[in-house]
Amino acid sequence: MSAATHSASVKTGPGLRLTLALFLTPVVLWLGLLIVLPHIDLLIMSFRMDPSFGEQGWSLENYHQFFAEPIYWLTFVRTAGYSVLVTLLTFLVSLPVAFYVTKVVARNTSRFLLTMLLLPFWVSELVRVYGWMILLRESGVLNHWLTALGITGAPVEMLYNDATMIMGLVYTSMLFMVVPLVSVLESLDDSLIEAACDLGAGPWTIMRTIVVPHCMPGIVSGGIVVFMLTLGNYLTPNLMGGKNSLWFTEQIYNQFIASFNWNQGAAFGFLLLALSSCIIWLGLRLTGQKLSRVVQ
Amino acid sequence: MQGPAVSPLPQYRGGTATDTGWPGSGWPSRCAAHGGPSPLANLRHPRSGPGAGHETRSRDRAGRAAKAGGWTGAAGVHDQMPTDISPVAPSVLSPVASPVVSPDASPDAFADLSVTNLVKRFERFTAVNDVSFEVERGKFFSILGPSGCGKTTLLRMIAGFESPDSGVIAIRGRDMAGIAPNRRPANLIFQHLALFPMMTVAENIAFGLKRRGMAGGEITRRVQDVLERVGLPGYGAKMPAQLSGGQKQRVAIARCLVLEPAVLLLDEPLGALDLKLREQMKVELKTLQAEVGTTFVYITHDQSEALVMSDHVAVMNAGRFEQLDTPRNLYRRPATAFVAGFVGETNVWSGTLEESTGDAGLVRTDEGAVFRARVAAGLARGARVDMFIRPEAVLIDPDGVACATGDAPGGVTDGAAGDGGDAPLPVRGASADLGNRVQVQVQAILFDGAASRLLTHPEGSRREVMVALPQNRLYDHIRPGDRITVGWDDRAGICFAAGSGQ
Repeated sequence: MSAATHSASVKTGPGLRLTLALFLTPVVLWLGLLIVLPHIDLLIMSFRMDPSFGEQGWSLENYHQFFAEPIYWLTFVRTAGYSVLVTLLTFLVSLPVAFYVTKVVARNTSRFLLTMLLLPFWVSELVRVYGWMILLRESGVLNHWLTALGITGAPVEMLYNDATMIMGLVYTSMLFMVVPLVSVLESLDDSLIEAACDLGAGPWTIMRTIVVPHCMPGIVSGGIVVFMLTLGNYLTPNLMGGKNSLWFTEQIYNQFIASFNWNQGAAFGFLLLALSSCIIWLGLRLTGQKLSRVVQ
Repeated sequence: MQGPAVSPLPQYRGGTATDTGWPGSGWPSRCAAHGGPSPLANLRHPRSGPGAGHETRSRDRAGRAAKAGGWTGAAGVHDQMPTDISPVAPSVLSPVASPVVSPDASPDAFADLSVTNLVKRFERFTAVNDVSFEVERGKFFSILGPSGCGKTTLLRMIAGFESPDSGVIAIRGRDMAGIAPNRRPANLIFQHLALFPMMTVAENIAFGLKRRGMAGGEITRRVQDVLERVGLPGYGAKMPAQLSGGQKQRVAIARCLVLEPAVLLLDEPLGALDLKLREQMKVELKTLQAEVGTTFVYITHDQSEALVMSDHVAVMNAGRFEQLDTPRNLYRRPATAFVAGFVGETNVWSGTLEESTGDAGLVRTDEGAVFRARVAAGLARGARVDMFIRPEAVLIDPDGVACATGDAPGGVTDGAAGDGGDAPLPVRGASADLGNRVQVQVQAILFDGAASRLLTHPEGSRREVMVALPQNRLYDHIRPGDRITVGWDDRAGICFAAGSGQ
């Protein structure tokens, strides 16, 4: 952007610079006032004690509290682990879908299928999760049919366990994996797959040696998005996992809303930010991808 | 270029297949040494010089094939082949040696590739329509056809990527029905080569060997061997993106050859290269094929590629084989109007058959001129015909009125030229066979070095007639607008039923 500004100012002088400034002002104001400033405020807050305790100095007590209380850091680890698991599952579910949509079906069908994939995402996440709840709850549609067909004697509670929560999280984040995968798979020349087959490779070897390496940028960018969305998701774990979900966002929510301890909540928030940054960095290192390439 | 007696193949001295033409003095070269010239170029200027240029151009093509393949010796045998060739008769495919295959013969007795009555339909469209052929071990076989003629479908069926609706594909006598591409002893070189961009050259080549579960040390050794064989030693650690077009080509070939396939299939791999490199790769491919002895099946829409490299060429059109023959027979004795129009350049005159005896006939063109020409079988008097005549067979000023300055030394006669059934070469100076004459007006000179042409209209007609313009300085006086006489041999033109070439 600096290069563009530079060349523009060289060409037409201050007039264009003013135009550019006018264009940029809303963005800068938005980012500065609504994102950067609150974050700085929260960061400061996380290093101070709850004002109700009286003393108003700098302190690491909020962070200490996190490590001192096992429920906090256990939830934290559990959230991180499940988020990684959800990301992996989402990838495993999305790759065949994306491959089928781009490589197997005809072009027109492919567009139709892609629209069908997008369609549920026109509805808000809340509504979709409620949809799942209607299907899965004890008095829900699925249980009705299971008992009616005599497969189960009595209705089974399918909500409020980890498996359902994971499934819900995979469902909500699938699109964010499918779209980047579809775009990288479209750039994969079919003849590479055929060449691998011609040289004696079976389907699994082709996937492992040709398709996945080619899709790596899409996999990593999709993975980052899915991971961050899952880690910071509040709605789905809360509704589908219920009280047992123990998702770290709920801890943050409790601190802010239930305990009214904003300082503790802010510290938790920054710990989550640090965690997601660390895991993404680790993921990039492990897959040998560059962030600049992935975000393109 | 001292004289014809020095080298039997003087026009190939450069050792490249580039169409450099014949910068010589107008001496007729001794084409008899390699089987004689094409009948369509079987023309001599009655006096001396000018005709030689014509001959060289057309002979060049056939001769290049001979040179590149190193099968000059066999060419003479091919020349003996009958003129009327059924496009799908497998027996004519191996004119040199065709062992009779008995059911209990050893596997070695089978052709490397045999295709029988192959049919492939896409909904209502028939892509490959009852095609049969056989390719002997170690042969370079080409399928030549315009885009959309079904040649790629045919190749993909042999590779296993498409399954035929009916018919049999057998590789070394083994029926390939139901065998997946990764289990077939045939490898395909893709049009855009399909090198794996995320792997090094060595990894690309090792890919197939790894799939066979070969030990690491053995793989390394074989990869190095094959890299040396294709002339790229030490390139193993490079990425495909770092290679030039020709190098990528060779890596793609190495990647297949390392697996020692029974048949190597090539899907127009030279298409993406620039002209100069393509010319070079043609020779390289042919040499490599002769060296490794693998059976090549090559598909292309570029007739020069097919003619230069192949032992046999099948011309394919609308899902069928029009003719299957040696390159020089395709050029000289096209079996159908399509082949006549597709292989080599050609002028077409439409007219009516006035008279026909055997394969010779008299054609009255729509403009009223009467020409002698060869006639395809089955045409009766009064039939509407298209007469095909190659630009390089048309001589400018055949009676030598305008350029009587030609003072070349005489005494070289080619009367002994055996051309397997074609009329013997006329003795130089004799114009007896050059029975066809027409007055034309030069519209434009299309200068293209050795391939220069005159665009002409016969008097009183808008028909375009291309005439080869040899660059031997004898025709430098010709200007657009000039009226000139052109003529050609009685057997240079060939007639087919009108409209049958579409």
